[in-house]
Amino acid sequence: MAREKEIARSDNASDKNKQRRAFIDKSMKLGLAAVAGTFGVTRLIESAEGKAIPGESVELMTTDGKLVKVDQRSVEKIPEAEHVNPREGFAHRKFVMVIDLARCKNARKCQSSCNKNHYITGPNAWLKVYKMQNSEEESPYWQPTTCQHCDKPPCVKVCPVDATFKRRDGIVLIDNDRCIGCRFCMAACPYSTRVFNWGEPDQPEEIAALPNDLDYGGVPAEKGTVDKCDFCPHMIDKGKLPHCVTACPNGVFFFGDQYEDTVTNGDETYRLSELLEEKSGYRLMEELGTKPSVYYLPPKDRLQEFEKGLDNYDEFNSVEKEEKS
Amino acid sequence: MTQFDQVIHDLAPQRFNIWGKLWTGLLIAVILVGAYSYYQQLKYGLIITDMRDYASWGVYISNFVFFVAISLVGSLITAILRLSGVKWSTPLTRISEIIAVAAIIMAGLTIIIDMGRPDRLFNLFFHGRLQSPIIWDVIVITTYLVISVLLLYYPLLPDLAILKKYFAKNKWFTTWYTWLSINWTGSPIQKRLSRRSIRALSVMIIPVAFSIHTVTAWLFATTYRPGWDSTNFGPYFIAGAFVAGAGAVVAVMYVFRKAYHLENYITDYHFDNMGKLLVLLCLVYLYFNVNEYLVPAYKVTEGESAHLNSLFFGEYAAMFWLVIVGGLVVPVIALIFPQGRKPLPLFIIALIVVLGAWWKRYIIVTPTLLHPFLPIQGVPESWHEYFPTWREWSITLATLASSLLIITGLIRVLPVVPIQETLEERGIEEPIIEELK
Repeated sequence: MAREKEIARSDNASDKNKQRRAFIDKSMKLGLAAVAGTFGVTRLIESAEGKAIPGESVELMTTDGKLVKVDQRSVEKIPEAEHVNPREGFAHRKFVMVIDLARCKNARKCQSSCNKNHYITGPNAWLKVYKMQNSEEESPYWQPTTCQHCDKPPCVKVCPVDATFKRRDGIVLIDNDRCIGCRFCMAACPYSTRVFNWGEPDQPEEIAALPNDLDYGGVPAEKGTVDKCDFCPHMIDKGKLPHCVTACPNGVFFFGDQYEDTVTNGDETYRLSELLEEKSGYRLMEELGTKPSVYYLPPKDRLQEFEKGLDNYDEFNSVEKEEKS
Repeated sequence: MTQFDQVIHDLAPQRFNIWGKLWTGLLIAVILVGAYSYYQQLKYGLIITDMRDYASWGVYISNFVFFVAISLVGSLITAILRLSGVKWSTPLTRISEIIAVAAIIMAGLTIIIDMGRPDRLFNLFFHGRLQSPIIWDVIVITTYLVISVLLLYYPLLPDLAILKKYFAKNKWFTTWYTWLSINWTGSPIQKRLSRRSIRALSVMIIPVAFSIHTVTAWLFATTYRPGWDSTNFGPYFIAGAFVAGAGAVVAVMYVFRKAYHLENYITDYHFDNMGKLLVLLCLVYLYFNVNEYLVPAYKVTEGESAHLNSLFFGEYAAMFWLVIVGGLVVPVIALIFPQGRKPLPLFIIALIVVLGAWWKRYIIVTPTLLHPFLPIQGVPESWHEYFPTWREWSITLATLASSLLIITGLIRVLPVVPIQETLEERGIEEPIIEELK
């Protein structure tokens, strides 16, 4: 069951030496990982906690990619980083996504992976690949659309019972145990990203029997409540990327932390600010003032012609249904 | 029979004849069918409706808006007309207050019917957040219900005291009337207290009435959606509410005048005045409609044009024009002529107006949801459209029947026309035999 929230922590061995070696090992690994990956400094600081040895210094990587030596005693751990309250989320983090439309061929692997891993059973997927065309003169393109995890979320504003909420790390989630099913959030969301469990969700029994997990949308889904893309905090907790990011064969999705200014699709890592500047990134319906956490890169210099994606296009279907005999 | 006895005899609640009983039976039958459908909904979820992720609100919500609209008439007739010194509306105050109470109760129940998790209703109190317009609605609707009940009850006190004596032989009635009339003797102090309380409530109910429908309009106007994203929505809804409510009062007063033979109390003059009032209200509402549709139609932004096209020329055009022309323009023209304001024609026009008002709310709610910002893709074809299932219809009809049953029930036990005020207006004194005992 892919539900454990435990982040791999430094070992519990009492031997101080062993601890220190493990710590240094870890710092090095994470330091390297930070060059290629998303989670750098905060993770390092986290593992430095409680092991202050006078005079010892520790190597840390700054947000602009330089290695610096810092006295261990001056390293402070960010308290909540390990045990994250799923309602509050990570302190000092701001998760963002960049979707490169030039790479999208409508392979729909993102969607099927999302559907499968969130046990989506209704006919409406959380992640959709829209066939878009802005005007007749412009060429069509494929637009994968997740929840935009707005910084000014209209859905959260209208929720009467605080069932849908915004975390400090930018993620917008739903508490399915609290939702009263009024569907005001669905009317308020301009991105049509929210779906409703109109009937009893037909999930596998072992999923349906699980207690509600705020960090894991759809586990389990509840009749009469709203669901949507959760930005996969259950994967972030494990230091992994969201399902759609890893499932995409074309590296369309980049995920990362805005404060670290780094986004990665698993293979390539970019500075978020440079990527958005160089490729003219934009957000959907900026004029509404919702301030989404999802950025788009325009479909310029595409990997493949738009038409090839039509093979996978199904106007009336976004969730594969098993044939029931 | 003295004048006094005659008035009381005429205005006291009467036993239902066969039609009254059939009517009550019919309402109960409709409610039972709806109750069965609602049981199905509780069991299987909102899947039994035709609502889906795009048309996520449907007939329940438009029906809710309709009930809130109807309930506003209580404030119009009892408060606004009373405070502005209009005398002719006195016999209509009780009818309108009964309608208001019935409608606001059913508005509250209808919104619960729409909830996906009615079992979590109390989350609204445990976890309520003040920035949600739904919480504002909960606050103002409960406030309105309380004030409306009081506005129905206070003027009833002298009537109940009179009826307590009139129904001396009926033990059940006497007990209740005695209990409800809380020692009303009609002493000067009591009269002064009552007068002042009613006046205070009449003042208080106006802002609360405006709030309930403004907030209900804001449930839509606080979203970004074309067709709802309008600063005009609050006054537009209130103007429409008065039209619907006035229509409902005309319909109810016609039926009970006929059933209780109250031609001496609810006269052609009252119908004539209500007809004129309805013309005014329809014209004000038409003015807001012009604002609501003409301005976006002039600008033709991308989102608005898709929405307006479906209303003016598309799949909702027939309903839209029927509601505007049949439900507002034609009634105005018909009611300009004195013959149109005679009881029967006015009754028919009022029914059409109320029916139009109901459909008007339907086409405010549904078309907008089916024109979202991003295209509707990747969902079953049936999700692109919305039309209520028979279960939704049966539940909706049951809520309408419930409001009528509340009205019918209250009229069975309460005097439809205020007795005390009628006596005062006619200068008839209560015989003081009782006092001598």
